[in-house]
Amino acid sequence: MIRITTLVLLMMLAGCAGMGVEPWERDLLAKDSMQLTPDYFENFYDEHIYFSKEASSGGQGVGGGGCGCN
Amino acid sequence: MQLKKIKGRMAVATCALLQATSPMASAAGSEWDVDTSFLYYGEADGRVQAFEPAIHAGRALGDDDRIELRLVADALTGATPNGAYAIDGVAQTFTTPSGNSSYTIAPGEQPLDDTFHDTRIALGADYTQSLDRMSRIIWGANLSTEYDYLALGVSANYARDFNNRNTTLNIGLGFNNDSVDPEGGVPTEFAPMKVADTGKNVSGDSETKTITDLMIGVTQVVNRKTIVQLNLTLGSVSGYQNDPYKIVTVTADPATGLPVNGTDPSFFDSGVTGNLPYVYEKRPDSRQKNILFFKAMHHLEEDVVDFSYRYYSDDWGINSHTLGLKYRYQLADSYLQPQVRYYSQSAADFYRHNLVLGSDIDVSGNVLVDYASHDYRLAESETITLGLKYGMPMANDSEFSVRAGLITQSVNDGAVPAGQETPDLDAMMLQVNYSFVW
Repeated sequence: MIRITTLVLLMMLAGCAGMGVEPWERDLLAKDSMQLTPDYFENFYDEHIYFSKEASSGGQGVGGGGCGCN
Repeated sequence: MQLKKIKGRMAVATCALLQATSPMASAAGSEWDVDTSFLYYGEADGRVQAFEPAIHAGRALGDDDRIELRLVADALTGATPNGAYAIDGVAQTFTTPSGNSSYTIAPGEQPLDDTFHDTRIALGADYTQSLDRMSRIIWGANLSTEYDYLALGVSANYARDFNNRNTTLNIGLGFNNDSVDPEGGVPTEFAPMKVADTGKNVSGDSETKTITDLMIGVTQVVNRKTIVQLNLTLGSVSGYQNDPYKIVTVTADPATGLPVNGTDPSFFDSGVTGNLPYVYEKRPDSRQKNILFFKAMHHLEEDVVDFSYRYYSDDWGINSHTLGLKYRYQLADSYLQPQVRYYSQSAADFYRHNLVLGSDIDVSGNVLVDYASHDYRLAESETITLGLKYGMPMANDSEFSVRAGLITQSVNDGAVPAGQETPDLDAMMLQVNYSFVW
């Protein structure tokens, strides 16, 4: 899986050169609702709840505190 | 040619505009962006309830640097499964984690330990250090402390923009050191739970584990309406990973699943040895995880679609798929956002309904398998969450929002005697949020 993902990441980096917008076309992308984490605590609480109820966690980034959740 | 000329002039004009507004931007940057939030999380049937107020504040420092601070408090009450299963027609008695008292579960009821209560305080700080116009490092530190658990973490995330800032490469490294100091001491792995006040089997006062995560990711602006993200995370956990409060039932007959009882074998004759027919769980002390995370945000001029998918795999045998979909429906001055999340996981290789006398554990209490746990969180399971959020932007860049969600988790126990299945978990959450500039 690591090899495939690395390949996909490299292809994205290479292929991405053709994508994108000019600076004056960022009107929609600049909105709060279009940020990758539009609501800080919504994301935070969800991560915390599912971390304590499921065997999988992570993926969105590194860092953040652990807990001995029951 | 003409188009190129116009494009060039537009670029110059845009840069000029950005430069002209920069003093304003840095003036605005001297203010704090504050999120305050409160979460209520409640499980049905008297299980866990959590009350979690939190505050997060961020502000610009100078032209390009930024600091973010977070404080979260967490009060937990209620009852949590102890690892044993319900048995029709048989009451079961267990010893509390302290080893000093006992509780009895009625026939047919899921064994829950209601001595569980906790208060947690978590602090976090992130500092974004700008390296140059296109790259930065975010330094992070976290501390979380509760009655029996302490987590300390540091992280560094490097981000670099390419391709006219349409592509961002992210490389993150996180390191956590956690220590657990269980009520009543660290139970000896695979040792039997003892009758109250006959001396708990403990191997020490505390244990530790370290968590290392490496993430490589790319975010890409696809067009004016779409941005996507792809992350690969490699995680490694080393050290104590048992749940010190979870036990596994010992049975002589897998067809009935009844706990071994009485004088045969004499090891589990609790009147003489004090040994109850339950042993403390044991998990591997190493865990390697691979996580692939994809996210796409798409703007529909008015509404916004937020889609995410995660594939998770680890060497405990757990594979999972997580799908998330949120649709932000724009109203006149506010918005509604229905949300749905689907999660599905396979069981850990060592997830066991019980340990069978003769094949898994001998008459002297020696466990013959390497690892075993009956923690429902390691079972094959599905979680479905349905939620609805209402947000109301207000004056001065502030926003009020409220979100409610219903969570249903169902466990597939496989072939187990009737009545011993893990019951579904139903929970609800309510989040109230107020964000403002200060």
